[in-house]
Amino acid sequence: MLNYDIIVIGGGPAGLAAAIEAKRNGIENILVIERDRELGGILQQCIHNGFGLHVFKEELTGPEYAERFIDQLHEMGITYKLDTMVLDITESKVISAVNTTDGLMEIQAQVIILAMGCRERTRGAINIPGSRVAGIFTAGTAQRFVNMEGYMVGKNVVILGSGDIGLIMARRMTLEGAKVQAVVELMPYSGGLTRNIVQCLEDFNIPLLLSHTVTNIKGKDRVEEITIAKVDENRRPIKGTEEIYKCDTLLLSVGLIPENELSKSAGIVLDNITGGPVVNESMETSVEGIFACGNVVHVHDLVDWVTEESRRAGKNAARYVKKELKNINEPLVTKAEKGIRYIVPHQIRVENIDSKLDLYMRVDNIYHNAKIVVKSGETVIKQVKKPHLAPGEMESVTLLQKDLINLENRELTVELLEGGEQ
Amino acid sequence: MMFDVTIIGAGIIGTAIARELSKYQLKILIVDKENDVANGTTKANSAIVHAGYDAKVGSLKAQTNVLGNAKYEKLCKELNVPFKRIGSLVVAFNQEEMETLEELLQQGKANGVPNLQLLNQQKIREIEPNLSKEIVGALYAPTAGITGPFELAIALAENAIENGVELLLNSPVTKIIKKNNHYEVTAGEDTINCKYIINCGGVHADEINNLVNEESFKILPNRGEYNIFDKSVGNYVNSVIFQTPTKHGKGVLVLPTVHGNLLIGPTADEAHHPQAVETTSEGLNFLREKASKVVPNFSFYTVITSFAGIRAKVATNDFIIEESKESKGFINVAAIDSPGLTAAPAIATMVVDMLQSIMGDLKINENFNPNRRPVIHFMELSKEEKADLIKKDPSYGRIICRCENITEGEIVDIVKRKAGATTLDAVKRRARAGMGRCQGGFCGPRVMEIIARELQINITQVVKDSPTSYILTEPTKTNITNADTVNLVAATEEV
Amino acid sequence: MEKKTLVCIACPLGCKMEIQVLSSLEEETKYLVSGNKCPRGESYGIKELTKPTRMVTSTVKIKNAHLKRLPVRTSEAIPKGKIFECMKLLEEIEVEAPIKVGEVIIKNLLGLDVDIITTRSML
Repeated sequence: MLNYDIIVIGGGPAGLAAAIEAKRNGIENILVIERDRELGGILQQCIHNGFGLHVFKEELTGPEYAERFIDQLHEMGITYKLDTMVLDITESKVISAVNTTDGLMEIQAQVIILAMGCRERTRGAINIPGSRVAGIFTAGTAQRFVNMEGYMVGKNVVILGSGDIGLIMARRMTLEGAKVQAVVELMPYSGGLTRNIVQCLEDFNIPLLLSHTVTNIKGKDRVEEITIAKVDENRRPIKGTEEIYKCDTLLLSVGLIPENELSKSAGIVLDNITGGPVVNESMETSVEGIFACGNVVHVHDLVDWVTEESRRAGKNAARYVKKELKNINEPLVTKAEKGIRYIVPHQIRVENIDSKLDLYMRVDNIYHNAKIVVKSGETVIKQVKKPHLAPGEMESVTLLQKDLINLENRELTVELLEGGEQ
Repeated sequence: MMFDVTIIGAGIIGTAIARELSKYQLKILIVDKENDVANGTTKANSAIVHAGYDAKVGSLKAQTNVLGNAKYEKLCKELNVPFKRIGSLVVAFNQEEMETLEELLQQGKANGVPNLQLLNQQKIREIEPNLSKEIVGALYAPTAGITGPFELAIALAENAIENGVELLLNSPVTKIIKKNNHYEVTAGEDTINCKYIINCGGVHADEINNLVNEESFKILPNRGEYNIFDKSVGNYVNSVIFQTPTKHGKGVLVLPTVHGNLLIGPTADEAHHPQAVETTSEGLNFLREKASKVVPNFSFYTVITSFAGIRAKVATNDFIIEESKESKGFINVAAIDSPGLTAAPAIATMVVDMLQSIMGDLKINENFNPNRRPVIHFMELSKEEKADLIKKDPSYGRIICRCENITEGEIVDIVKRKAGATTLDAVKRRARAGMGRCQGGFCGPRVMEIIARELQINITQVVKDSPTSYILTEPTKTNITNADTVNLVAATEEV
Repeated sequence: MEKKTLVCIACPLGCKMEIQVLSSLEEETKYLVSGNKCPRGESYGIKELTKPTRMVTSTVKIKNAHLKRLPVRTSEAIPKGKIFECMKLLEEIEVEAPIKVGEVIIKNLLGLDVDIITTRSML
């Protein structure tokens, strides 16, 4: 059986950063397995700019960002297999994978790093009623067609969901000659970055309809018209507010779901809120020696944070191989309280933190002038003022190792204090 | 060209009859208005092989249901189609419903349904631990099963074609003229001459009949909506769970599919036209509400998609299988709603018998091969078989559909077969690529690429389903004309 | 005195800025920018009010590559009013693989002293 110290599943931004960091930390025998025909993952279709401001201190497009990591992977001589699909992983870390040249492979890994990313929520998953016609695409699929395959998916478009991919595709379709009639958002606020609302919608006079949704799709063979209605505070369509939009295409940008079918096959415990594995400070999952990073753990807003998190996973995977990860004290458990939807990591073994640790989290609503407060029991460990918080943007709080040592209460709570309470 | 028999409609009934007729030396044509076989009622229904206690004693439904059910094992084995005899439960919540179960039991016995029995609460709990605790009893029918309705019709069509039958798609029948000894049928662009016509027109069977006969029945299209759930909840129930029927019908069912998903449905309402297969928010809410009664703790958020089907009901509520009184050699096989799928193999032999009695003894087709070349399901193979297969044909080592792990080899195979796939939906129905959680988001572009390559067409010509259900409009960089849409005013915060 | 509020789009942070426009007959108009976290915000804010520009990212046709389109971008932001002229020009371009990231495809685009460069390599 083939044998590797570390196998990274997924050659997108998370997998690339993790593999490179593991190699930097002294591990030689690494394999990256990628199911697509090339490395780089979803970045290869994200041809817009806005990547790399934190990691490279310059603004890059998706392919440029990916290429820097791919070049590094090559320079470091890390092996990888393309067009290769992992079918199954076991708790004992045997991976079965297939491709056209090696056939069916069984590979033993000492450490596995999961970096499979996420997939898009579909029409079916949000149960939009109506005809099952052609012309309904997830925004990411449309992006692949337009940017990589070079085909238009429609000429007269409505977009449901104002997540970043939806906004980016509104501009992209417009630039390529399509008419984008509106971006429709169920929530009273956009899930995307403000800059994307400005430069993708306002620049092209595309209306953003907040607190609206698509209630019906009509057409014989291809989308012909869709119905858009206002929703009430419970997000239910309000009768009488329906408006018909004649169009040939509906793009959906209605959420991303971490892709964890393999994690499940290995018996890894998942977090119901993130949809990804429960991880500790080292990005190790509930199965010892299986690490995870990037969008397979929780959906990030910026690729820069994926890179940071994945470097942490790669470095710690290397430490695991070198038997440097410690298991001394009972881990601290993080707990999301008022205003916070989730926190990654879920557990912290303080003895494994270098000097500081970033907690990533998302809030449950729009807040102004709030404070994120990290507490152990009644003791405040850290508080950070935030002028503006939104569910579409990931937040992070940096904790110092010295503040976490010898805490009596092993639960670390994070909550939001709103303006008035400051 | 002169055919002996023209079968109008390539659904489960038309294809079953075609395949049964291909056992004889006949020149047979199946014609359908759609772009694929099995594209009407057959593609969207509950996929149940019923035991046979539902139908009134002595009805055609009762007769063909029990006979058809008994034929399923052999038929599905020959045609390499999934079939699982998982049994069914009709559950009762009160004494009144228990009385209905007792009636069903007696009716089933009279219809010849084997091994029916009433179960008590404890027994139900043992075999179906996830059902409501409010259920007081159930009628158990061990012979009920599940299958893949469109897979079966596709397999029947393929096997029929292998045995000499011809298939003409995209050709709606618009005119039938009685000549001296034959019929002249206008189907799409073609004119077909044939001695006998078998009308399996589904929800359009009345229109087909009326082309040549006086109106003798009226199809009342009835729409049913369904929800399909992720494989992670595919074993939430082990058998087909019916609620006690009322005068409004069989109610909402909960059942596993042969592919390991969970299915909940159908609704039942009058469709405003025979092509009305859209879903509605009312229908989908109704399903949740009704199913919750039987499976109160089920997580409905695991839904992966919804669909609607259309059923050909008639006021008399029984199948119509008879030669037209006005037109000799014109056989109506109409009003085939539930349990039509189950009954199909029995209806096929019945129709062949009718033809025998009209035409006289038919000559046996000595070359008839009942077996269809097995379809390869890569993920169901053993390790050794997988490894061997990739060695023989490397395209089986390339996974195209990531959710269902469908290989390129499997997709190429189903494109190349007789009655093969030419559209994205046709691939989905045959190879299940795009049937999973991502609903074709990842594999759609790759599948289109494969279809275009194998059929030697441009990728923009690959459609979703019907010939006009285009997916891509044109290459990018060809026609940018909206230069006036740029907002030159400075962006302000009021967004 | 005129006051404008706008969101900085220089980076994904999206600072909310206030810009005071001080104009008088004698002197050149002055802009006072606040709310920005970095100097790029100030220059963006002033530019947005005087001469708004945008980066254009798009694709061009490519021959002999595993994909049919190659991603490209403007080397600098260009005036908003020129975006579609730029897109029109890109429509005409066809390059051939192999090509490296950062290669200049159009020099001095529309006389703006900005180039069109590739954003990935394709072999």
